[in-house]
Amino acid sequence: MDKVLEVKQLSKVYGSGCPSCFELTGPEHNTNICPQCGSVIAAHNVSFDLYKGEILGIMGESGSGKSTAVKCLYFDQPPTAGNAIFYDEDEKYDLFEMNAAQQRQLANKRFGMVYQNPHLGLNFDISAGGNIAERLLMSDVLNYSDIRARATNLLTRTEVLSERMDELPKNFSGGMQQRVQIAKALATNPPLLFLDEVTTGLDLSVQAAILDLILEIQQEQGTAMIVVTHDLGVIRLLAGRTLVMKYGRVIESGLTDQILEDPQHAYTQRLVASAL
Amino acid sequence: MNKIENEMPILRVENYSKHFELHEQHKLIPSSENVNLEVYPGQLTALIGPTGAGKSTVLKGIYRTYLPSSGRLLFRTKDNVEVNLAQADEHLILELRKNEIGFVTQFLHALPRQSTEDVVAQPLVQRGMDKMQARDLAREMLSDMNLPEALWGISPATFSGGEKQRVNLARGLVSRPRLLLLDEPTASLDPNTTEKIITLIEKLKEDGIAMLAIFHHPELVKRMADKVVQLESPIATEKLLKEIA
Repeated sequence: MDKVLEVKQLSKVYGSGCPSCFELTGPEHNTNICPQCGSVIAAHNVSFDLYKGEILGIMGESGSGKSTAVKCLYFDQPPTAGNAIFYDEDEKYDLFEMNAAQQRQLANKRFGMVYQNPHLGLNFDISAGGNIAERLLMSDVLNYSDIRARATNLLTRTEVLSERMDELPKNFSGGMQQRVQIAKALATNPPLLFLDEVTTGLDLSVQAAILDLILEIQQEQGTAMIVVTHDLGVIRLLAGRTLVMKYGRVIESGLTDQILEDPQHAYTQRLVASAL
Repeated sequence: MNKIENEMPILRVENYSKHFELHEQHKLIPSSENVNLEVYPGQLTALIGPTGAGKSTVLKGIYRTYLPSSGRLLFRTKDNVEVNLAQADEHLILELRKNEIGFVTQFLHALPRQSTEDVVAQPLVQRGMDKMQARDLAREMLSDMNLPEALWGISPATFSGGEKQRVNLARGLVSRPRLLLLDEPTASLDPNTTEKIITLIEKLKEDGIAMLAIFHHPELVKRMADKVVQLESPIATEKLLKEIA
């Protein structure tokens, strides 16, 4: 099996940081705010591997650091420490050693990101089709009819009526905006997709359709995905393996059914017991 | 039968124990204690014992839905390598689940929008089989299960218990894993369908598939099992709890 991503000891601290930050925070201290210097330890020592076609779940409550980890990997934020290697065909990229331009180019061409808030993933001033075109243009697809055909294809695939591709995203429902975002993320056939609370806030039937779409994409294209969510149902349906985070730390990781049926950590046991 | 006995077991469970550590309640609950058994290709081994004896816990430990507390669960892969399922890497477990070890539980977890035939075909598609071909095999299996054809195209979400169970079984059997774990597969089925399942299981045995199963009815054990493993409720229950308290 091919490894797609290898993350080692990723940390992200908001604030000046001090020598006691890591010692005085974490699940055993019930906080991620350093009592000495007031810095927020959003993520500390997060490590994991991701293989081709695999869906990894990251679950935890708000503020546990699950989104921070993904944002660092998508270059939305620089990490404080750690490294991440992305394996792409025969190439190997040391993500945090690259300069900003290289990072932007790699994210455009080889990563896809779907945010909980469509305003972060979509440009609301241009049409749905234009959003997809934007990403294709940045990946050097320059022919107008190629772009048009690809956008039509993607929007059909994600069940957005292609007749509406020239409309602005603000005309769309939340579920449709999310589908446009997914279409945009898929525009360059990325081998790695980040999904950050993509179904949160959508009604149940729309949630089901989006989850279904995500699984179809995984099966058809072998896309590796990291799914960040606090919803155990989403984790159960999508992820083969799961990391559980609390106060910036990974407190438990394992096969998803094992995490849900035989959780080892006190926090996970409480989380699972309160959800089922 | 002699020929089969000469073969190597596909699964050897050695001193498997599983207890649950419940942090909130400060309790240690033993569920399986020192279980030993072997499963051979082409044979069905039945786990019997009273409720609470840990029958399902053995199956879930083998499938790694439960993390074993101690003991070894030695599975012989198709490449003739022995893997200790209790400690194997998660990616290897996922590979084995995809290709070699199947589990039919009493519950069906299916995607909300998927049609019944796609739910059944999914394990084959995951292995890389062409979708149309997988669907054909799924339909064949659903027909073997006596599930009315009118239901094949719709999602099993609204099905009755017995219908869901048939979908679940079809999905577990269609991929023909080398080792099949069955947890009360016929519990909610009518006698006719149960007879069909028995025939199917006999067929799987002939094809060399190894099975470890729990049945709700002693009659079924008598009819289908080549071997029976009797489990007792963990005697240590009270002692351990007192020790903790």
